Amino acid sequence: MKSLTNINATSFNQAAVAAQQASDQGQSVAFSGGGTDLLQQVKDGTDAADVIINLRSVPDGRIIESNGAGVSIGGLVTLTELSEDPLVISGLAAIAQAAGSVGTPQIRNVGTLAGNVTQRPWCWYYRNGFNCFKAGGEECFSVNGENGQHAIFGGGPSYIVHPSDVAPALVAFDAVFQVTGPNGDREVSAEDFFLLPITNPVRENSLAESELLTGVRIPNVSANTVSTYHKVMDREAWTHAEIGVATVIQRDGNSVQDAKVILAGVAPIPWRVQAVEDFLIGKQISAAVAQEAGEIGIQDSQPLSNNAHKLPMTSAAIERAILSLAAG
Amino acid sequence: MRNKDKRDNRSDLDSNIDPVVKYADPTRGLDPQQQSRRDFLEGSGAAVVAGAGISALGISTAQAQSSNSAARTAISVTVNGIQHSLEVEDRWTLAELLRDELDLTGTKIGCNRSECGACTVIMDGQPIYSCSQLAVWANGANIQTVEGLAVNGELNPVQEAFVANNGPQCGFCTPGQLMTATALLNNNPSPTTDEVKDAMVGNLCRCSNYNSIVEAVVMAGEQGGVA
Repeated sequence: MKSLTNINATSFNQAAVAAQQASDQGQSVAFSGGGTDLLQQVKDGTDAADVIINLRSVPDGRIIESNGAGVSIGGLVTLTELSEDPLVISGLAAIAQAAGSVGTPQIRNVGTLAGNVTQRPWCWYYRNGFNCFKAGGEECFSVNGENGQHAIFGGGPSYIVHPSDVAPALVAFDAVFQVTGPNGDREVSAEDFFLLPITNPVRENSLAESELLTGVRIPNVSANTVSTYHKVMDREAWTHAEIGVATVIQRDGNSVQDAKVILAGVAPIPWRVQAVEDFLIGKQISAAVAQEAGEIGIQDSQPLSNNAHKLPMTSAAIERAILSLAAG
Repeated sequence: MRNKDKRDNRSDLDSNIDPVVKYADPTRGLDPQQQSRRDFLEGSGAAVVAGAGISALGISTAQAQSSNSAARTAISVTVNGIQHSLEVEDRWTLAELLRDELDLTGTKIGCNRSECGACTVIMDGQPIYSCSQLAVWANGANIQTVEGLAVNGELNPVQEAFVANNGPQCGFCTPGQLMTATALLNNNPSPTTDEVKDAMVGNLCRCSNYNSIVEAVVMAGEQGGVA
């Protein structure tokens, strides 16, 4: 691996200050949670890190706790911990299921919530060193190239799909993201955290240089809330979502009072299908309603030359996710 | 840094010198008791290519790239019950530390990008990819490698079950498979077939010997686990 310096952070703020200092000295800086994907990128040369700031040495960043306002989850909580936490499983099932669907046990044992949410895209052009938008270039090679796994929603000028399974579940639960920078802390809603490439073709979220995601806050959910994360992959396990559907529904019996439907694997950000949400409110969950919801879910899609297969898959995934939340 | 005595005393696939090499010229034959294939490559062949910055196997090694200016950090790790206090280059992976510095070459580097699982070790009770952790991050950690499974020459039950079920074919993925399986059985002494498959999805076998591997782990559980 290239030469680099590791800094063990003592606090999130100290990490941000150290990042800015190194950056001011002309060094390339990367924050590391679990580090798995980061080290791949450093080995491949798609991340030029001269300085890696290790966040796992930060105390108190790895706690899941419930208080009057909801549930707080530290950014350093591992995906294994998130998927096995009784509080998350019982009240925030979609988040536990999404975390448990990531990669492999070895990855989930070190991979963190914050790292999963902020990981770079897995577009094969970007990962193989093409000078695309994500690498600071001026072109998306997928447009006229191999785009079978690229965006059917929200694309342009880059057509990556956001790689996180956990992020759509967080958006579906109206999570608030906690961000720390050299000059202090800020909060941003999960939905506003992610940026379409039309806004910023280089980065997938609103983190400024030297800012990092430190944790999330999930507001209280009502007792009649049910949720699920339904993931479709192009093999049985150990890959990103071809389609993921995070669904959170408030229901009385089978009558839908409120709904959130957020998709993974189909857009450059966790993709909210509000038309499906609006359609579901007031409906009784049934096979017919779920099927129609799936059809509505792809109404605004804009497939590329090689990814139209995602359309029926998306419809089917939405349909199955909703049906799985029917009462009894 | 290298402890040749320790390695020569270890039963290792490396001592299985290719018979063609071993018997081609008996007067110059390599004695596996004295020199392993790895020793041979490191001692002669590798010296030729070290100048090009790669090892004989084409895998870039920490040593081959090291320079005086590289950042170094003192760490302490416990590996197979033995505590090591040593200085590592910040860029070394845990797999490189284990193999190149501690001479524990049972841990294999397959893909070197957290995809194949050959480098799996148990760190603080959980299986992890040692190729995708910096050694410096392991400071204070308790690590078990495949060399730590057998006790006083007695294979652990997972190893026994792998032998009984022909778990290894080419054998390259086996150390990683054994570590993931051992971690599973530590937490779940008698897993079902489905639980074994879920737990071991991050260990690929290029020989595709999955059925035998799963059967071996299930058998190890049925016979009392690793306790």
